[in-house]
Amino acid sequence: MIELTDVSYSYGGGELLSGISMALQPGSFHFLTGPSGAGKTTFLKLCYADLHATAGRISLFGEDVRGMDRDAIARLRRRVGVVHQDCKFLDHLSVAENVALPLTVAGRDVHAYADNLMDLLTWVGMTEQVESLPPQLSGGERQRAALARAVIMDPEIIIADEPTGNVDWEMSLRLLSLLVELNKMGKTVVIATHDLNLIRAAKAQVAARVLRISNRQIQLAGADL
Amino acid sequence: MSISARLMAILRGDTEADRAVPPTGFTAQLTLFSAGAMGFLAVFALALSLATGRLAERWSSELARSATVRISAPAGQAEAQVLAAVRVLETTPGVASVRVLDVDEQLALLTPWFGPDLPLEALPIPQMIDVVEDSSGYDAEGLRLRLQAEAPGAVLDDHTRWRKPLVRAAGRLRGLGWVAIVLIAATTGAMITLAANAALAANAQVIRVLRLVGARDVYIARAFVRRFTMRAFSGAAVGCVLAMLAIAILPRASEAGGFLTGLGFQGLHWLWPLCIPPLAGFVAFWATRTAALRSLRELM
Repeated sequence: MIELTDVSYSYGGGELLSGISMALQPGSFHFLTGPSGAGKTTFLKLCYADLHATAGRISLFGEDVRGMDRDAIARLRRRVGVVHQDCKFLDHLSVAENVALPLTVAGRDVHAYADNLMDLLTWVGMTEQVESLPPQLSGGERQRAALARAVIMDPEIIIADEPTGNVDWEMSLRLLSLLVELNKMGKTVVIATHDLNLIRAAKAQVAARVLRISNRQIQLAGADL
Repeated sequence: MSISARLMAILRGDTEADRAVPPTGFTAQLTLFSAGAMGFLAVFALALSLATGRLAERWSSELARSATVRISAPAGQAEAQVLAAVRVLETTPGVASVRVLDVDEQLALLTPWFGPDLPLEALPIPQMIDVVEDSSGYDAEGLRLRLQAEAPGAVLDDHTRWRKPLVRAAGRLRGLGWVAIVLIAATTGAMITLAANAALAANAQVIRVLRLVGARDVYIARAFVRRFTMRAFSGAAVGCVLAMLAIAILPRASEAGGFLTGLGFQGLHWLWPLCIPPLAGFVAFWATRTAALRSLRELM
């Protein structure tokens, strides 16, 4: 599904990731952990082609992203749902419009998906905030709305970058349960976090693999987690 | 998709897509105003071009077939020379008609300069003979030589001397009118490009989010293209209507009015300004699309 072969990424003369080779299998659940600045976000961006590797090969759904033009990358991103740490909403649109944005940009008739949209907002517990604007939401509400937007296109992969970074523990567990539920529906889930308690809580619910980034390399973390 | 299909898609619009990019009030108002001003100026340039075109045509056709013979001779010889000149003219191949202007006609010609009470009979005014050539034309040089021999005081003026520069000047003025329209279109394009670039820069974060959720460049560009196309079209339409009203209430053309009162549209020429709003829309469409796609490539 996502395959990296000897991938390196450099920026500003320094190498952030070096010679990484790994594969994320369909239906798997991965945590990506490591200290701040280790390259977790960079790794995730490479996975959804927001950044391009300076060396090596990244394959998404069997296709090498290096040879893709921008249109192909846009189509590819519709198959990958991303929850950003800062959510990246359009502040002038309502929650419902933001959640439906991937449908809109894909040229789908949003009205035909009204029921799906409401089901999704119910699933993340956001039916009360449908008409709210993003700046009116709390941290947890923003993350849940971002998760709803990430899954509206029924993607095969869900990537979440520090989804619990700005929420309390109770909300973290709620978001985790939603992501676990998605994984049980067959979605591949990759979560970047430095919250070890969250990883422990997840391991009690799902067979999660933990990858640790350090010294520009990614390694499978041991059982100490 | 063809250009016309694209334009139709733009005019139909996509409400959902349009909402993805936030409205930019001040830029929108400036674009509308600039397009309106350009539309207004374009109508006047068009009016100038068409009016000078008509003028050049009229001068050419009215003067091309007429000439004047002026006879200046001492009082005792004037009548004989006029008769001789008329005889020469009537026997010249290519001359369709010859007419000696009477006193009233000569007086009418001089009245604008000297007033109505001119004692014409007391002044040494040359006698004028109006000559109209036929379609085959006459040999002007040959006629001059024959007139010189038969009526030494006769001077043939076929108007070429002053007609050609006038027609040439009118033609150039018409050309300048079209150049002005092209410059107005180019300036509109440049102005729209600057405004589109400013709007794209102001919405860099929105563009980033749209890309992250899978928007193609064409989709993002379309949101900007439609806005600027519609603004340029509607602004130019308002400018055109105002300019057409201003031209419609200009004083009517008259004998004494000359060129200035003839500035305007006649008959079907009133339809020409209707081309300006679509032209402004097309220029805006092309300028915004080019600017947007280039900016989006650079934002990669």
